[in-house]
Amino acid sequence: MSIHKLSLCELQKKFSAGEVSAVEIVRAYALRIGQVEPKVKAFVTQVTDAASAQAEALDRQLKGWRKTKPLTGMPLAIKDNLCTEGVATTCSSRMLQHFVPPYDATVVAKLREQDYILLGKTNLDEFAMGSSTENSAFGPSRNPWDLHRVPGGSSGGSAAAVAADECVAALGSDTGGSIRQPAAFCGVVGLKPTYGRVSRYGLVAFASSLDQIGPITKDVRDAAFMLNTIAGHDPMDSTSADRPVPDYMKALAKKDLKKVRVGVPREFFAEGLDPDVAHAVTAAIEELKQLGAEIKEIQLPRTDAAVAVYYVLATAEASSNLARFDGVKFGLRAKETKDLLDVYMKTRQEGFGPEVKRRIMLGTYVLSAGYYDAYYGKAQAVRTLVCQDFAAAFKQVDVIVTPATPTPAFKLGEKSEDPLQMYLSDIFTISVNLAGLPAIALPCGLSRGGLPIGMQLIGRAFEEETILRAAHAYEQATQWHLKKPVIR
Amino acid sequence: MQITKQDVEKVATLARLHVTESEKAAFAKQLSEILAHVEQLSRYDTSGVEPTATVMGQVNVFRDDVVRPSLPTEKALANAPEREGDGFCVPKIIEER
Repeated sequence: MSIHKLSLCELQKKFSAGEVSAVEIVRAYALRIGQVEPKVKAFVTQVTDAASAQAEALDRQLKGWRKTKPLTGMPLAIKDNLCTEGVATTCSSRMLQHFVPPYDATVVAKLREQDYILLGKTNLDEFAMGSSTENSAFGPSRNPWDLHRVPGGSSGGSAAAVAADECVAALGSDTGGSIRQPAAFCGVVGLKPTYGRVSRYGLVAFASSLDQIGPITKDVRDAAFMLNTIAGHDPMDSTSADRPVPDYMKALAKKDLKKVRVGVPREFFAEGLDPDVAHAVTAAIEELKQLGAEIKEIQLPRTDAAVAVYYVLATAEASSNLARFDGVKFGLRAKETKDLLDVYMKTRQEGFGPEVKRRIMLGTYVLSAGYYDAYYGKAQAVRTLVCQDFAAAFKQVDVIVTPATPTPAFKLGEKSEDPLQMYLSDIFTISVNLAGLPAIALPCGLSRGGLPIGMQLIGRAFEEETILRAAHAYEQATQWHLKKPVIR
Repeated sequence: MQITKQDVEKVATLARLHVTESEKAAFAKQLSEILAHVEQLSRYDTSGVEPTATVMGQVNVFRDDVVRPSLPTEKALANAPEREGDGFCVPKIIEER
């Protein structure tokens, strides 16, 4: 048995039954990380030594009295924009290179309460701004399926780590597709929950009205398992939803899709869609039909506005959120400055990379006097129209299916000189964040070149159960999730 | 919308961001391109449409005003670039005459 090949639920079952120890688990993963990490570069910080010590203590503690919680002993990786007390949280930025948080994010605290094992913090585009991890101050991560290609972003390190079996599951964050796009590029499962379903406390804020934390996992069952632990209201996040958390595992019981209406928005199958992606997603829709779903064509006419709306609203919110990085209380402070204003200007010049600066500039511009109504106000109004499109569609259907990305993973450097082209690679995921809906990306095929292709299932707000059920039924019928990369 | 180098300088000052000469040129070009893409929003009629700031319709969330433990001083200061006693140290703000 190769421990690192097991899914989270499989490993959890063996661990809770006492068939495998925490020390064995950590040893297996440390070995795996040692083998593939030099090629994949998924991590910013590895803490396998601390993980070994923790595993030994855990095994001693569990001796003779084996009562475990769902994530006890489970080796996870966490995106490096989620605060971990005592472990550096860099956001892949020079600004926070030496920042060690004095507290845990709420999601991390929930994992810690269950005695999970942290293997390391994963790479991202700086401050989660990007679609390839190429904006990381510490260098890009690689796609385990093809090391010359990007793993996607911004949660590219988390997706690559899961795909390369360097952890059993990971956490990411998703502002415009940052969980789903890298999951699709790396052939794993990525779930963005409904806005408010998971507390954002301790997530370094990028765009507060869009950000949401979610799991990246080896299969759909694992995603439901993770969501059970991280979902729920938190007094520390006033935007977290105060409503009950169902047992998401129960949503997986139904193996068919009878009485489920699935909508196919024609706008998502327009020109520019890679033929291999179109072929795979069309086949997946046929499979959903075979499983009993009723397939209906729907319209989301304002889809083409989503990227423009997003890059106004997300950058506006980012320019405000990132004002806190001023070199005063934490993070980098520039040396050789003549006064306080100079501290601000030079610290931000030295600490931020090009894409973060570009977004701060754009966000500041659209919020500035004379342009606020034309850009920010207009984008907020068109956001309403995008939400109305989804509301109308969800009167006719229960789930919407789309490609997760227009193409499979692109090559390193292919889009890094053209910000607008990079932004347009998120065209299928962005509108979901604008409407705050839950969506899951899961593998649905391979391109002729052998790269993973992902489809996206979108649900109504707080109906994660419906998309998990549909995704799980599809996964069981097709088994694309069992395809693994050969890392070379 | 064509963004000039002067626009870039003005916005950079508002954003408290020092930019180099080469950055000014690059940002002027890139921001112009991105804003040209954003211009397409004018195609949508939004008269009478309420703006969306947040999707879930949240209202103000209140809690009782009770004393709770806060971050201990040492922990709060642990990441300070420069400290003096129990405070964060910054360059002098008030100029001498």
